[in-house]
Amino acid sequence: MATKVKREIDVGEAVGILAAQSIGEPGTQMTMRTFHYAGVAEQVPTGLPRLIELVDAKKEPKKPLMDIYLSPEYAKDPKKARTIADDLECTILSQVAEISEDFVEKKIDIVLDEKNLEFEGLTVEDVKKTIKAAGGTVTSSGNRVAVKPNTTSLRLIRRLTNKLKGMHLKGVEKIKRAAIIEAKDGIFIRTYGSNIAEVMKDPRVDAKRVFTNDVKEVERVLGIEAARNTIIRETKQVLDLQGLNVDVRHIMLLADAMCMDGAVKSVGRHGLSGEKAGVLARAAFEETIKHLITAAVKADDDKLIGVTENIIVGQTVPVGTGTVRLKFKH
Amino acid sequence: MAVKRKKKRLKLPGQKTSVFLNGRLIGFHESGPSLARELREKRRAGTITHEMNVHYNRGTDEVYINTDSGRARRPYIVVEDGKSKLIPSLIEQLKTGELSWSKLVKLGVIEYLDAEEEEGAYVALTEPELLPAHTHLEIDPVSICGVTVSVLPYPEYNSSPRITMACSMAKQSLGTYTVNFNLRTDSRGHIMYYPQQPLVRTRPYKILKFAERAAGQNFVVAITSMQGYNMGDAIVMNRSAVDRGLGRSVFYKTYEAEERRYPGGQKDKFEIPAVTTQGYREEKAYRHLGEDGIIVPESRVSTKDVLVGKTSPPRFLEEMSVFGVMEEKKRENSLAMKSGEEGTVDSVMITDSLSGNRLVKVRMRSIKIPEAGDKFASRHGQKGVLGLLLPQEDMPFTKDGIVPDIIINPHAIPSRMTVGHLLETLGAKAACLSGKFADGTAFHGDKEEEFKAVLRENGFEEYGEEILYDGVTGVQIKSKIYIGVTYYQRLHHLVSNKMHVRSRGPVQLLTHQPTEGRAREGGLRFGEMERDCLIGYGASMLLRERLLEESDRTYELVCDKCGSIAIKDHIKNREYCPLCDSTSLHYVEMSYAFKLLLDEIKSLHIFPRLLMRDKAR
Repeated sequence: MATKVKREIDVGEAVGILAAQSIGEPGTQMTMRTFHYAGVAEQVPTGLPRLIELVDAKKEPKKPLMDIYLSPEYAKDPKKARTIADDLECTILSQVAEISEDFVEKKIDIVLDEKNLEFEGLTVEDVKKTIKAAGGTVTSSGNRVAVKPNTTSLRLIRRLTNKLKGMHLKGVEKIKRAAIIEAKDGIFIRTYGSNIAEVMKDPRVDAKRVFTNDVKEVERVLGIEAARNTIIRETKQVLDLQGLNVDVRHIMLLADAMCMDGAVKSVGRHGLSGEKAGVLARAAFEETIKHLITAAVKADDDKLIGVTENIIVGQTVPVGTGTVRLKFKH
Repeated sequence: MAVKRKKKRLKLPGQKTSVFLNGRLIGFHESGPSLARELREKRRAGTITHEMNVHYNRGTDEVYINTDSGRARRPYIVVEDGKSKLIPSLIEQLKTGELSWSKLVKLGVIEYLDAEEEEGAYVALTEPELLPAHTHLEIDPVSICGVTVSVLPYPEYNSSPRITMACSMAKQSLGTYTVNFNLRTDSRGHIMYYPQQPLVRTRPYKILKFAERAAGQNFVVAITSMQGYNMGDAIVMNRSAVDRGLGRSVFYKTYEAEERRYPGGQKDKFEIPAVTTQGYREEKAYRHLGEDGIIVPESRVSTKDVLVGKTSPPRFLEEMSVFGVMEEKKRENSLAMKSGEEGTVDSVMITDSLSGNRLVKVRMRSIKIPEAGDKFASRHGQKGVLGLLLPQEDMPFTKDGIVPDIIINPHAIPSRMTVGHLLETLGAKAACLSGKFADGTAFHGDKEEEFKAVLRENGFEEYGEEILYDGVTGVQIKSKIYIGVTYYQRLHHLVSNKMHVRSRGPVQLLTHQPTEGRAREGGLRFGEMERDCLIGYGASMLLRERLLEESDRTYELVCDKCGSIAIKDHIKNREYCPLCDSTSLHYVEMSYAFKLLLDEIKSLHIFPRLLMRDKAR
């Protein structure tokens, strides 16, 4: 009980500022360190760039990644895990075939690479079936397939070509690569590309332990609570990786603020700060004139609730010692 | 999408090399390289002027010939077949005076290359490393350094960033920047009292005759900690040495006043302003002025004393008085000392300005004795701020009674890797003992071993360390301490020219907030991040005091009815709202900046209202 009371936050504590400073101060050191790594190729953004990505609530991270843990049966055996990984990796037509357009004959030539097909565990017949699904008249001889579109419009032919190039042959869509990582707590698969909805359907996967770094995807598939946890987990990970010790509760507050009204919002003009209650507070942040004019058109009131507004006006700030008010009763 | 162009230029069969003279295409040649070679040979033979430079660009297959003015060129020794053309016999002749530099250039032994020709040259730094492929030889390895680096001792022993810093600091050192400083009226100038030439010099130092206008002094330096007063690049200095004139300098500052002419035939006038003058200062301020309103030389003046009394015609023409004669109201416009400055009037000059007006220049002089906060630096990028002036009797001393002039912290050395600093200290110490200057020229200065030998011969520790005794207790200090002589420069960042405090002071006209900057006696900004800290701490009242009460607080009348700012008519002694004529008003405490914001919002055609209610409900 004693610890519980001790750990409780006092009334009027400026938790937002504290969280911002607690994340921001070590963040400045992070900037100085990460930019020394510039030039290392093919890296998942870490450090400040990643932190910015999270806080900005980007639609898709620069490098979507998934960590997939497996059901007990597969979690011990790397070979079995490998089969899952191979099944997850997605293959598209352009990876196994040479696709060229013939605008004179108004057709599309596809030359399948049998070696690649074998490597991917596909047969020419499988691929032909998929190609047929795309539409057009399909004729084939051996590993050569010709598609005669139903149209003569060059633009539509090009559209069909692009569709064919991206035809999904096997595996889970969007998963570009899958690798097996043997960790202390069992084997897991790390994939480049993220698609939790599909991966979780696989019975060989431990559906409760499928992680992605794509916050928006989590929000879409699993809901806002899961998205909040993802933000916390990812942010914490970035900071831990840099050896920065930030109390989780600061990060939790940040995540709470971002997920407060049921959808993940970014921190900034288009999200949190842009939706502050006070006209003056918004005007003080960015796009001053826009906020003033819309406020004038709508005849908005500023109730002087927030910190910024009160500083502008020259009053005490409703935080800390400023939370105390005198009340008279007549 | 942009297509990447191939860099390589396609040469068509039979295409000839383009030849450019001074950047203009003048023709074509069968073979670029042979043209360039031929021209070069002719230049060396003296058939063509030595001011011509050729360059063959293999990538573009073009020959550039330059003869125009304004090219930066530098000399090299010509190398042919891996052999320097400056052969020993020529050197002998040079020594006897039979040969001169210009003769060597004529002989084609030495030639000047411009930036373009240098591009195609393969230059060896020293003679032993010459290879058959080399085209030129550097006359001296030091010549790869510029003027500023070449006067630094042992730069090759230091890390490059420190050399850069040493260079930029050498430019800030006080010395004798010009010999006729006494005749000049520079707006600012520092002259060192007893400049010395360094004990460790370089050859370029002598060539540049730097010793004649030296900028620094040889300090006895001990490298050890000193009661924590030399932490973080601070320096402990010997007060007694300072009293004897160490690091002392004069600071000259020139003030100017001009009798301007105004449209309408009016003119400023140098005089002691009459008491009736508008903006008359207190009488005390004018006490040093002579009859002509100009200050008397050698008078000691302090803050805000008037140097040149000046009156100007009024800014606006006044209305005619009842009697038809206008009484001349004059405006005080004197030249006064800036706040916080003091000194002695060194000289007063009266001349005419370019526009023919009378011009007075007053040169102030003040002696700047080293004090805590002044900046000093060695020639190795080791800068520091004076942290403590310690009397000689409290300084550590050696068995010979040598007391260091300054004590620097050993932590300044390892991470910065300024080995040259230590070497200079050793060299200068040896120079003191042998009575001969040491040479610290880059790449071929005197060697450490030579210094060690001198020290040994004179009964000193060869590593430059000595046993020191605590000046206060006389107790022997346990460890040996590195002590020697180092050339130190006093840099022109003097606290007395920078120190600034304010409790109350002027405010800006527009915002009613405190002014900014030392020159305007300004306040220190309590910025956004500082604000955040007070919010984070919850110090709401303190924050309000900083941002409002100590800044731009005002009380504005606000109309209850329409919420706009009301006015008080002082003549009729009536308070009313100019918009709705209401007299139901209240004084509201707010920041003047907020009132200004309301005004600016109004200028956007937006009408802000202030809706009020009682504070306590």
